[in-house]
Amino acid sequence: MSVKLTEEMLTALPDARGHFGAFGGRFVSETLMDSLMTLEREYLRLKKDPEFQATFDKDLADYVGRPSPLYFAERLTRETGGAQIWLKREDLNHTGAHKVNNTIGQALLASFLGKKRIIAETGAGQHGVATATVCARLGLECHVFMGAEDVQRQSLNVYRMKLLGAKVHAVESGSRTLKDAMNDAMRDWVTNVDDTFYIIGTVAGPHPYPLLVRDFQSVIGRETRSQSLEKTGKLPDALVACVGGGSNAIGMFYPFLTDESVQLYGVEAGGLGIETGQHAAPLCAGRPGVLHGNRTYLMEDENGQIAGTHSVSAGLDYPGVGPEHSWLKDIGRANYVSVTDDEALQAFRMLTLVEGIMPALETAHAVAYAVKLAATMDKDQMVVINISGRGDKDIHTIAQLDGIEL
Amino acid sequence: MSRIEGVLQTLKGQGRKALIPFITAGDPHPDETVGLMHTMVDAGVDIIELGVPFSDPMADGPVIQLACERALKHGTSLRRVLAMVSEFRKTNNTTPVVLMGYLNPIEAMGYEAFADAAVEAGVDGILTVDLPPEEAEQIAPLFAQRGLDPIFLLAPTTTDDRIRAIADHSSGYVYYVSFNGVTGAAKINVDEVAAKVAHIHKLTALPVGVGFGIRDADTAAAVGRVSDGVIVGSVLVDTIARNQTDIEALKRALTDLLNPMREALDSLAS
Repeated sequence: MSVKLTEEMLTALPDARGHFGAFGGRFVSETLMDSLMTLEREYLRLKKDPEFQATFDKDLADYVGRPSPLYFAERLTRETGGAQIWLKREDLNHTGAHKVNNTIGQALLASFLGKKRIIAETGAGQHGVATATVCARLGLECHVFMGAEDVQRQSLNVYRMKLLGAKVHAVESGSRTLKDAMNDAMRDWVTNVDDTFYIIGTVAGPHPYPLLVRDFQSVIGRETRSQSLEKTGKLPDALVACVGGGSNAIGMFYPFLTDESVQLYGVEAGGLGIETGQHAAPLCAGRPGVLHGNRTYLMEDENGQIAGTHSVSAGLDYPGVGPEHSWLKDIGRANYVSVTDDEALQAFRMLTLVEGIMPALETAHAVAYAVKLAATMDKDQMVVINISGRGDKDIHTIAQLDGIEL
Repeated sequence: MSRIEGVLQTLKGQGRKALIPFITAGDPHPDETVGLMHTMVDAGVDIIELGVPFSDPMADGPVIQLACERALKHGTSLRRVLAMVSEFRKTNNTTPVVLMGYLNPIEAMGYEAFADAAVEAGVDGILTVDLPPEEAEQIAPLFAQRGLDPIFLLAPTTTDDRIRAIADHSSGYVYYVSFNGVTGAAKINVDEVAAKVAHIHKLTALPVGVGFGIRDADTAAAVGRVSDGVIVGSVLVDTIARNQTDIEALKRALTDLLNPMREALDSLAS
């Protein structure tokens, strides 16, 4: 049931109320509606403002270090014995992940709106670090909400945020992970809506967040497109990215949506295996519902209560996903698959040993699937993996699994 | 005329203000909720807002979050809440019941199935915290066809255009959230509330209930003076939390909280 997408169709989405087909929208309490509508209005104005865009591009170049390289993983390709594997090196960005593309953009928006206090949620801590970083640079007060369990397993990033001057709030409610961090960020926002800008880290949340985060992250796909043409003279045959909320994946996919020949693969966290129920793969095993301001695929029980999730990677440990991904799934444009904790851990070791590139555990999910996929493809074909982040933050988790105390 | 409109009109005719308690269904246990509802009616309340527990109550502070957790631990599903209302209706056919909660449990049940079951159970109004009128196009007609009152929130941040639009989509009453924040916070400013409610009254003929921050007879009277009714939530839910093991003591404590509020509101009667 794949639909041929045109530029015209894409520019019409999301619609005026933030819908991507049946998904997206703005499901929040009334207190936040005025702020969201102001943000939407201002963003749509600034999107066309050459000064805003020039500032954004300059920051991406001089502060983030863009463009990030598109690297041919020759040895990994040889070991896999299939399609050429290329790596889009978002791990080389300042702060070590794709997250900073978005925080640069949203902090700029906050400045244009005159907001001095910033809040953010974080799972693995990459978005928290990227937010704390731009706040340090712009002199903004920064509060990061992080599930208490994630505070434990990502202690390095917690300390980085503190060094950057942010206040980290450990969230003890619910499952003490990313979804609960987002709940508490929303509660803070509703309380301090007059002076606070909420920098959401993924393409979920109420309209216009899925739109503006996608726009800020699309630099990944735009660069990949032109680098691919420049280096190989053609477009990639397949793009592979991990999907928690889905910001690195949408940033990679979006500039290729109308290129029918390019297959898109979003890799969700299969945890202990989809069949065990211990996973974080709403697109593979969930159903549509409403959480955190948008309608999207969710992991929930038969009564509409949000289900617990599990993933070895804190950044993918989320029961929902960006609404544009839900739409891409339903129209058949992108494929959503999952790999288990074990497969991701193996891929982490493989990329580290074979290419000398240590990926984040989130990213390792994309690597695991891409290697399987490449093995089934011809040698003249080309797969690009979005290396969304580097793995330094996960060293403690890996060492613990190896029984080593650092 | 809906049961909600009837009650509010009668009160208005008497120059009295509505006392509207909120408790979370299934807290401290699903078997106790109907009994607590009757206790509150005996203490003089006019309309009951019954919270449908949700795993991720984003608009609520810690008191109601914990109530949701207690209720969910005992398997309080939306269907079970509807069964509680049916049970309540066996002996009370006059006190309106408003279900208050989040959209996803209703989505999971299916809009039409929910609307049918709500009417069947004797529910009068539906307040869905994370459903602004813009997203209610599908569900609102289902409520209207069945005589269920859709109740929407107004906030300090709501602009005049939105107040008018939201009132157009509402029936029964509108719920004015007294401050920017989550339930259970203590930051109500009565003068600001008075000014805003007076302004809302100019833009709509619907009764205005005010909630968030009302915790005793004094705040109830202060807010009752400027509105058509007061909604009392977290202080009751906190009382439930503190008396969860002794239901008789809990009922006395709820009565002791509500009686002075009732008296304070009635002392305003013109």
